[in-house]
Amino acid sequence: MVQKSEKLTGLSRELMTLRIANELEDGTYVNLGIGIPTLVSNWIAGRDIVLQSEIGMLNTGPLAGPEDVDQDCINASCQAVTELPGACYFSDCESMAMIRGGYMDVAVMGALQVSEKGDFAGWNNPERGLPERIGNIGGSMDLAVGARKVILAMMHTTPEGALKIVKKCTYPLTAVGVVHLIVTDLAVIEVTPRGLVLKEVAPGITAEDVQSVTEPKLIISPELKEMQL
Amino acid sequence: MDKVYESIDEAVADIPDGASIAISGFFTAGTPVHLIRALARQGAKDLTLICQQVGPGNEDLTKLVLQGQVKKAVCTYPFYRSVTKGANSAFEKAVRAGKIELEVYPMGTFIEKLRAAAAGLAGFYTPTGVGTVVETGKEKRVFNGHEYLLETALKPDYALVYAWKGDRTGNLVCRKTARNYNPEMAAAARITIASVEEIVEPGELDSDKVHIPGIYVQRVVRVDRQDYIPTID
Repeated sequence: MVQKSEKLTGLSRELMTLRIANELEDGTYVNLGIGIPTLVSNWIAGRDIVLQSEIGMLNTGPLAGPEDVDQDCINASCQAVTELPGACYFSDCESMAMIRGGYMDVAVMGALQVSEKGDFAGWNNPERGLPERIGNIGGSMDLAVGARKVILAMMHTTPEGALKIVKKCTYPLTAVGVVHLIVTDLAVIEVTPRGLVLKEVAPGITAEDVQSVTEPKLIISPELKEMQL
Repeated sequence: MDKVYESIDEAVADIPDGASIAISGFFTAGTPVHLIRALARQGAKDLTLICQQVGPGNEDLTKLVLQGQVKKAVCTYPFYRSVTKGANSAFEKAVRAGKIELEVYPMGTFIEKLRAAAAGLAGFYTPTGVGTVVETGKEKRVFNGHEYLLETALKPDYALVYAWKGDRTGNLVCRKTARNYNPEMAAAARITIASVEEIVEPGELDSDKVHIPGIYVQRVVRVDRQDYIPTID
């Protein structure tokens, strides 16, 4: 694995997820994955965005406070959640059908690796050493192939500095060629048929900085700008 | 047609060694904990469990593992997310040691396999898993220029499900996200055993708001609601 010793300081996880919230359009149905993507929900209160929980719920509200925990109302991370006006419940089977069926406008997902072709790996870190083909797949593969737009929310490198944006994923894939946009602590990168296009950099970060921690050669957008937060 | 059993233990008494059992529940929600505990007391062995996970949010299944009752599991999110917790879990240890066979499917495929069985279908083609290890050994076919995998139906011998209310004929009503896998698992199994918080007389449920039609349910047993705080880590 390619290592990079230089440590770049980019956005906090909170600001990354603010940038992603700004990417979401009003009037859309959105599924937020476990981990960093869940934090996007902190930035969309009052917006015309409907959150889906893959357990079988639309119009999922904020996390429940201690007083309003309902053990029969949880999200896919097993956290007690509230319901917003207009909420509805359905079976997990129907939930996965609406995801696969193409009704989810956006899925925001975490990833361990993403390739220049838009392949990504997120369900199984081989370092865990589980037997082959075994791991926590959950709803990730269905979301990856079913959502109209897949946005990855991820740190640009691992805590040890290993590159996560690579020419070819070496970890077990979640899906092939599905990623549209990658938002990291350092950059916003679009996956295009020509390759990865660097569109925005975090404050204080240069295009050269981003390239130094990205394995594939980046295409610099003519409109390259600093992330608007 | 009265399907009510007075005793939880009686409701699971005939489950034989070697049975395949679908067990509902998405982590803590909608899990038939009382029936799982009765299965542990009953002691049937060489079981195949068809359930989202074994362990996280559902420690009662671990008891079946510790008692050596489980031969195989079919899951979608089998392990603890935490590597440390996973390494200490009886189920993950048994899978790593090859003592329990484990099949893992993407969530939509996992539950659609049960729905297909319920609907009399042999299988279905899904785009999920194409180009990943999930496609290993499966027929791949192109429809309208896109690749799909053939996944086959999965028909359990038994299903253990949980509902909020049920009537004596087996019509069931779930609450909120506790519905999750319950409807399709109930429909798929040859014998479905439903644990419900409240049993009412036929006609007392709003007939337009039944989530699981009684035709799928063979046994109904009342259980006490067990309060808990939902969490997996």
